[in-house]
Amino acid sequence: MSDVWSWQRAADVLPFILEGFKVTLLATFVGTAIAAVLGLVVALARRSSNRWLTVPLGVAVEFVRSTPLLVQLVFAYLLLTDLSAMTIGFVVLGVHYATYMSEVYRAGIDAVPRGQWEAAKALNLPRARTWRAVVLPQAVRKTLPGLGNYAISMFKETPFLFAIGVVEMFTAAEQYGSRTFVYTEALTLVGILFLVASYPTSLLVRRLETRLA
Amino acid sequence: MSDDLQILLDSLPRLGDAVLVTLQLTVGGAALAFVVAVLLGLGSRTGSLLVRGPSRVVVELLRGTSLVVQLFWLFYVLPVFGFRLESLVCGILALGLNFGAYGAEVVRGSLAAVPTGQWEAAVALDLSPVHRMRRVVFPQAWPLMIPMFTNLLIQLVKGSALATYILLHDLNYFIEQLRRGTQDTVFSYGVGLVLYFLLAYALTLLMNALEVRAKHRVGAGPSLRQVLSVVPGRRPVRAGAA
Amino acid sequence: MAPPAIELRGVVKRFGANTVLDGLDFSVAKGDRVTLIGPSGSGKTTILRLLMTLEESDAGLILVDGDPYTHEMKGRRRVALSERRRSLVRKRVGMVFQQFNLFPNMTVLENIVEAPVHVLGISKEQAVHRAKELLDQVGLGDKADARCTQLSGGQQQRVAIARALAMDPEILLLDEVTSALDPELVADVLGVLREVAETTDITMLIVTHEMQFARDVSNRVLMFDHGRIVEEADPETMFSAPREERTQEFLKAVLAG
Repeated sequence: MSDVWSWQRAADVLPFILEGFKVTLLATFVGTAIAAVLGLVVALARRSSNRWLTVPLGVAVEFVRSTPLLVQLVFAYLLLTDLSAMTIGFVVLGVHYATYMSEVYRAGIDAVPRGQWEAAKALNLPRARTWRAVVLPQAVRKTLPGLGNYAISMFKETPFLFAIGVVEMFTAAEQYGSRTFVYTEALTLVGILFLVASYPTSLLVRRLETRLA
Repeated sequence: MSDDLQILLDSLPRLGDAVLVTLQLTVGGAALAFVVAVLLGLGSRTGSLLVRGPSRVVVELLRGTSLVVQLFWLFYVLPVFGFRLESLVCGILALGLNFGAYGAEVVRGSLAAVPTGQWEAAVALDLSPVHRMRRVVFPQAWPLMIPMFTNLLIQLVKGSALATYILLHDLNYFIEQLRRGTQDTVFSYGVGLVLYFLLAYALTLLMNALEVRAKHRVGAGPSLRQVLSVVPGRRPVRAGAA
Repeated sequence: MAPPAIELRGVVKRFGANTVLDGLDFSVAKGDRVTLIGPSGSGKTTILRLLMTLEESDAGLILVDGDPYTHEMKGRRRVALSERRRSLVRKRVGMVFQQFNLFPNMTVLENIVEAPVHVLGISKEQAVHRAKELLDQVGLGDKADARCTQLSGGQQQRVAIARALAMDPEILLLDEVTSALDPELVADVLGVLREVAETTDITMLIVTHEMQFARDVSNRVLMFDHGRIVEEADPETMFSAPREERTQEFLKAVLAG
């Protein structure tokens, strides 16, 4: 076993990986923030009665969602040469996941009972106020577990950023591996870190799910 | 632009090969994922802790460690232990195991959603546990699984683009080659993304047809033949409430 | 003579192939308490929902205090009014729903002050003051800060009544307000409504299966069947000596059950 696994190498690579872990977390937080806001905007826009808006938007959402994040990242990186790889990475992650989150919001909004809309109308609440004070607070509550699950998925997909050279923890491990020609410790540690971070978080989201249900 | 098209036309044979590699990854990965999903999904629901425990651990391990890490681990680290896999096998294995674990959760949840009365009726008829699952419970859980399997399948196709980085000449690789040939990023990536989109769309249609058939078989919804023959005026009129 | 509080002229409402109201005419004078009775599906609730603009009529006009509400005639054409113009009239109309429809994300007090503050532009302090008065009136003075979901159905419905009254409506629509309640909670809600009827001059349009309540509160009862008024009378006559056979059958069935 000792010729396969070296604790010395593990100790050597760990600082690089932990440095990368910060970028991984940053990407997840920024990406989730973009996705959560943009997803809501998309979900609201898709409820518009203007078909010139909803049809193209629907196609765009479907397109972004069913094509590879990896290819989108590289495409954006090659196209937007003025922006840093990190910026592009965060934004593409955010936009990609916004298409998923918009569906979560849509389901959450649809789940607000019709009686709530009717009561708001009977009280003559203006449209904007109805959304802000009545519908969204109820819808967002129902969407939290769904958004949380996608945030965890995004966390586990941040390694795709290696394709555009953003040094998150997988890229850090990969770079160490290509320098030393030994990947065992580096990749195993990254896997363990992903597991250690994502498993408790997903348990938390599951608890949230049962509590809000 | 016409130059671009010419280059694209010239490279059609290579495009065919590339799509074939992506399809091999997709079909192989999906087939393996399905087997893994059913095994781990059933395993997660058995009464025996000796089966359930390991099933749960494997599912959480595969779900929690990221597809990218798994793929490169199989590619770079497994040889250290004496297993050198072909790139294609590596890709299929990583996709199959990772999405299989997600699929196991789908199987588990869908089996749990079959009403307990169905289990009880099967028990009352003295059907063997295997017979019970195969003839009564699974056929009813199957239509519930398909829409979620469809989502996983599309994600699997998207994940297959990683294959380029373990030296496979898949669709993603072809896009990059096309870009080098045409020097036109928008054209090559535009074409590439549309091809991925069409692939995902075709798979979705296929899965939807599968869903209609599965639902019809358990007595819910029209048959596939009825859905495909669009006869105007045959749709049920939605009744309004007074 | 003052125009009626509510007037329906030839109102038609269809749901798909099903015509629920077929050219309905009737009017309600200011301060009247009118109860609509009849079998389910006869169109009673639809009338209330049309008056709240929750449904869109297919033909005819609805007037409130003589003002066009949802549509108006331009020459011989019936044109829909803008949402802005509808809301001017709608401010005078309040509604209490069968399912209460309180906002679960707000406290009891927040439910009541929401519309006065954001629709009528009343100051927060004033609205809170008035809301507390109303809560006392419906017997829930101690529940101002409770979550609606913590209240019983009867309590929720009394909050809903207070919420509707906080808008000082000229017209109050009551849509089967006790149908979703457990029998022992019905009396409190009806008691509150009796008091409102005695102490205000709000015009009320009531759909209910509580015949005793209809008898006590209303001064006119309309019997509906298949979207038409079958019989119209004061409550005494309607419940003691109905003329129409259809009404007799209906009342017999309801009072037996």
